[in-house]
Amino acid sequence: MSKIHVLSIIRLLSTHYAMNNITIFSRIRTVFGSLSRLACTLLLACLAAGAHAQLDITVTGSGERLFPLIVPIFENEGSLPNSVSEVVRADLERSGLFRLIDISPLTLPESRPPDLAAMTARGAHAVVTASVVGSSGGRHEIRLRLFDTTRGEIGGMSIQMSPAQYRLTGHRIADYIYEKLTGIPGYFSTRIAYVVKNSQRYELHIADSDGMNPQPALRSPESIISPKWSPDGEQLAYVSFEARKPVIYIHTLATGQRRVLANFKGSNSAPAWAPDGRRLAVVLTKDGLSQIYLINADGSGARRLMTSSGIDTEPAWSPDGSSIYFTSDRGGSPQIYRFNVAGGGADRITFEGSYNVTPRPSPDGKKLTFMTRHDGHFRIAVLDLASRQTTILTDSSRDESPSFAPNSNMILYATVAGGKGMLSAVSVDGQIKQRLSIQAADVREPAWGPLLK
Amino acid sequence: MKKLLLPSLLILALGACGTTQEETAAVTDADSQQTGVKPVDVTRGTGPGDLPAWVNDPSRNSVFFDYDSFVIRSDARPIIDAHAQLLAQQPTRKVTIQGNADERGSREYNLALGQKRAEAVRSALRRQGANDMQIEAVSLGKEHPRCTASTETCYAENRRGDFVYLR
Repeated sequence: MSKIHVLSIIRLLSTHYAMNNITIFSRIRTVFGSLSRLACTLLLACLAAGAHAQLDITVTGSGERLFPLIVPIFENEGSLPNSVSEVVRADLERSGLFRLIDISPLTLPESRPPDLAAMTARGAHAVVTASVVGSSGGRHEIRLRLFDTTRGEIGGMSIQMSPAQYRLTGHRIADYIYEKLTGIPGYFSTRIAYVVKNSQRYELHIADSDGMNPQPALRSPESIISPKWSPDGEQLAYVSFEARKPVIYIHTLATGQRRVLANFKGSNSAPAWAPDGRRLAVVLTKDGLSQIYLINADGSGARRLMTSSGIDTEPAWSPDGSSIYFTSDRGGSPQIYRFNVAGGGADRITFEGSYNVTPRPSPDGKKLTFMTRHDGHFRIAVLDLASRQTTILTDSSRDESPSFAPNSNMILYATVAGGKGMLSAVSVDGQIKQRLSIQAADVREPAWGPLLK
Repeated sequence: MKKLLLPSLLILALGACGTTQEETAAVTDADSQQTGVKPVDVTRGTGPGDLPAWVNDPSRNSVFFDYDSFVIRSDARPIIDAHAQLLAQQPTRKVTIQGNADERGSREYNLALGQKRAEAVRSALRRQGANDMQIEAVSLGKEHPRCTASTETCYAENRRGDFVYLR
């Protein structure tokens, strides 16, 4: 398997107008403020092709008035075997924030300022001009500029690519446009990991964040759970039952090399990488019940972090590495607690209800998502750590394993519909919902990978 | 050194005794011990003894738990006693207790619940005289359901500890 994140070179071109991102973002927020209650469904045709079934993604819950944007077919795009602009449009559309206005077959060359009045007449608030220029040694360069229809040029970029990298290139361009227009980093060029169950076989898959390009990293006759990305995005830690007991492995994706991180007497589970990538919090039972230990990434130096008389599990680090959120039944029912790694006791974080588990702090450290039981249904909730306000984001009955997107704005989770496991994503404000599904397969245990620099 | 010295001394001692002219031969019990062959059979493992057939009986190799409970039920007592007795009779015999949980809730928390059940069985075995070195308590959480429907009957069947012996 070739390394997917072969870095493309991105350099910013001139930015004539120092556009305030916040202005445009607030414009998007205004549009959202007047959302129609009518939910529209966009079915993006990510058709299953080839040996591996793709994830189909359905977006629901967006309003009818979204931020209108033109991303035309790039000038000379026909010189590429696959369309890059199509990937950009699909990403932005799927985010649930934008409405893409189709002007094909018209192209808007990067070298000429666009007719903003004409684009405004077509309903656009922002316009992209882009061209595929020069190619040498099988590599192409895409040049692109971004215009606000009322304020003029707000940015531009150039990206070099080989034809095989058309998807990654499109994701990086979509990330750029998304960040310029919303002020929030994009998440399209990230990857997701998840487990597919097919009859009695389990496969750990890695796909682009849009569910395309899925590649099996591991096939096993036994279950695989709790995949966790290393901070550099090159390795996954996970729990495999191939030895008829839970054992933690670390798996380097590009080489397929895997090694045992923890195989102590009893069960070994719930790996969580420290932000520095050198240590992991894990759950071991070698001294009795499930307790949290710290272990070096090479498997050495396991030491117990906390001692309780009950269950402590599902550790998750705060982004600054100072504390660990975890699930414990020390108070009688499973609740979320926070432990200071430098020392001290554990603070209880959740109080409502009798079942709050799987804490996952957002990468910006402001929110905590978790699984909660509400009227007998398992749902995904988000807690604002500053205001202590909890919001339940989902409405089915078996939602689990929440995982934040690297921009802290979306939460990927597992759900069950029609007796079959599938993945869904929801925005932290609950407005945008996406469903990712594979025909005829059971999908679970999603983990959203980090932003790659 | 001692091992080498002892036979040498014996030979010297025998030589000192054997001073008669006529050679005599005798077949003694000691000789047959040296030439005899005692067969060793490892086709059934070098293990601690035969595994009795009853350990494969599904009604005797699982114990069940109530909802949200880790207490050994009274109907599990005779089962645990029988396994403890087997482990006491065969001190090098090893058993894995696999704890299981029903499908409700998070995978990792269910793994911890299954572990708590496996631990409860392990403690009960120890109290009945089994050695801790003979037992490994592990959990399969909700990953190995015996019954897959979302019904109370199924949930009850999946809240379980299994005794698994190596052949």
